[in-house]
Amino acid sequence: MKNRIFGALLAIVGAFAIGGIALQRQEPINALWILTAAVCIYLLGYRFYAAWIAARVLCVDATRATPAERLNNGRDFVPTHRAIVFGHHFAAIAGPGPLVGPTLAAQFGYLPGTLWILIGAVFGGCVQDMTILLLSTRRDGRSLGQMARDELGPVGGFAALIGTLLIMIILSAVLGLVIVNVMKHSPWATSTVLATIPAAIIVGLYLRLWRPGRVLEASLLGLVLILLALLGGGWIDHQPSLRVLFDYSAVALAGFIIVYGFSAATLPVWLLLAPRDYLSTFLKLGTVVLLAVAIVITHPQIKMPPLTAFVDGSGPLFGGKVFPFVFITIACGAISGFHALIGSGTTPKLITNEADVRLIGYGSMALESFVAIMAMIAATLLDPGVYFAINAGAGVVGATPEAAVHTISGWGFPVTVEQMRALASSMGEQTLFARTGGAPSLAVGMASIFGSTFGKGLLAIWYHFAIMFEAVFLLSTLDAGTRVGRFMLQDLLGHLWAPLGRTSWYPSVLFASAAMVAAWGYFLYIGVIDPNGGVNILWPLFGISNQMLAAIALSVATGILIKGGRLRYALVTLVPLAWLAIVTTTAAWQKITSADARIGLFAAANDLAGKLASGALSVERAAVAPQLIFNQRLDAYLTMLLTAILWFVILDMARVCVRRMRGLPVPRSSEAAYRATRLAGAEAVR
Amino acid sequence: MSVVRRLGTGARALWRLLRALSGDDAYERYRAHQHERHPLETPLSRRAFYEQSQRRKWHGVSRCC
Repeated sequence: MKNRIFGALLAIVGAFAIGGIALQRQEPINALWILTAAVCIYLLGYRFYAAWIAARVLCVDATRATPAERLNNGRDFVPTHRAIVFGHHFAAIAGPGPLVGPTLAAQFGYLPGTLWILIGAVFGGCVQDMTILLLSTRRDGRSLGQMARDELGPVGGFAALIGTLLIMIILSAVLGLVIVNVMKHSPWATSTVLATIPAAIIVGLYLRLWRPGRVLEASLLGLVLILLALLGGGWIDHQPSLRVLFDYSAVALAGFIIVYGFSAATLPVWLLLAPRDYLSTFLKLGTVVLLAVAIVITHPQIKMPPLTAFVDGSGPLFGGKVFPFVFITIACGAISGFHALIGSGTTPKLITNEADVRLIGYGSMALESFVAIMAMIAATLLDPGVYFAINAGAGVVGATPEAAVHTISGWGFPVTVEQMRALASSMGEQTLFARTGGAPSLAVGMASIFGSTFGKGLLAIWYHFAIMFEAVFLLSTLDAGTRVGRFMLQDLLGHLWAPLGRTSWYPSVLFASAAMVAAWGYFLYIGVIDPNGGVNILWPLFGISNQMLAAIALSVATGILIKGGRLRYALVTLVPLAWLAIVTTTAAWQKITSADARIGLFAAANDLAGKLASGALSVERAAVAPQLIFNQRLDAYLTMLLTAILWFVILDMARVCVRRMRGLPVPRSSEAAYRATRLAGAEAVR
Repeated sequence: MSVVRRLGTGARALWRLLRALSGDDAYERYRAHQHERHPLETPLSRRAFYEQSQRRKWHGVSRCC
């Protein structure tokens, strides 16, 4: 054992040494090194840290019967092979978050984001996922909210519920905004994405009416349909009479997304939501594998410097220093509180043996983190000038291409109008300037990787393939988020007036769905009309809310460990919790109090109000200014609310822990009683 | 011959894995479970089972950011 630990240390030191040399010499680094270092770090974390946590901290017991075995009903509680649970769990946790966050954080250079993704995952995200998965498995698959209520008390439980609802709203708004930025004035992208809706409906009908439950056949049919949609979109783009039909402004597309979200939340799931999810899962897994293979084959050079001047807080994508904002921008991929909702839902009901939580909890998160590393590579292999031209909003760099290239070249990242025009035309687009949100630049990065692996001539198709992949992915998260938000809202409203809590009563369904869609639709609309792109405000808010959820999950875990008398080992969850509390509170503090209008929300509102009063704004900007001012103040209050919820839960956890240490009564553990497993071969699993 | 047979076995294992991963075999697994544990109950039809499992799946958080 000692030898192995020594070997591991040696490997880490070696890796850092090589990296250090490369940095010292200002050599451009090859993506392959980052990929290799990442894989080594995940393997070391999995082999040593995860095994130690499973054995010593969580006391995983392979002889204990899991809920899947005890409550096996052949439906949701089913003992399932761990490779299959791994697949289900990974497909559930992997969303668009790890693709967008690293792309935005690349404005600081590749190093801060990459280090946070690796360290955050190994010591934070993976640990959180595994711990919550085990705790929920020991509690018959109870949800995070229920565990917070049972183990900490009603205050913690209620805070967790409100926090979850808020994150659903912010998440849906920001994902909607990313999709709008992908589709605006792009007939190819718009027609392809629109065509995926009838494709999903056909698959849904196939699965319900014609061949019920034949998922593989239906998915194959769906894949053929969406590839046809991709090629059809390209054909439409070349027909002058047809392409105008799909050329929409951002506001029109936002309206479309809002109507779509409402339909997905109210229509039967088998018609739109479920079949779209099958397509998105296949597309997602296929593309992730394809991307990994392509990066290994092409092993591109990273063109972004390790650190840019924007670490001082003057970044064009979003304002704020590298600390704390890189940790807020990259949530998914490093640590994502949202995963705790998945790990305390469907997955624990499938686990055959407790020993499987290391692979399923820790392993799936390591793989998601690896996806985030690939997104970081795809963003940083672009010329930095091109990267900033795509991702910086018109309000920051200037509204015309000439103004934008002038500003960006002035930062020391040379780029020309001709270069951008050639790039846009090779990708089959009119323009790539100011396509904020991260998805278009990721698509350009992916298209150049795929293009140099599988043939340059198909660049436009690869670009739109990547766009479609991201859009299908984003829309299926938006659907699911709206629907779950609707159920949560109905649950809450049911306490006020019982009929509103009935999930199948149509007036209640329509009311709760409309409320949910109106909530995120509002933030989406404001983001769309914001000349700075909107993502610069919404994404940090999403990061703060996701970290807040992670802090709730880690608080529940820490509370349970300390209540169980495992104070010394509680550091495993307490240290990431403390880090998240520091980072989130600092970021929230700066968003609220900073006098710099690029960071502080009140400062931005006051700055805009001053300009409006003095008549310094153009007519168009003056028209939307009152709404933006109101929204910036609202966002500031929302940030305060999120931070308050965070501290409520942490203090509630601390209260329970102090009572426990003083020997006062605390809520009883809700762990299910031990029963020995009867499944064969359990003793063989360590 | 043995190579062909081994390839066949591998392909069948891969197919089973793919079916299990995608949920294609969910109904068969349910029928087997019912047959073993509740042989006297009338099992759900394929369509009813599919609808019920979709409703259950999409009632809680099953997709992430």
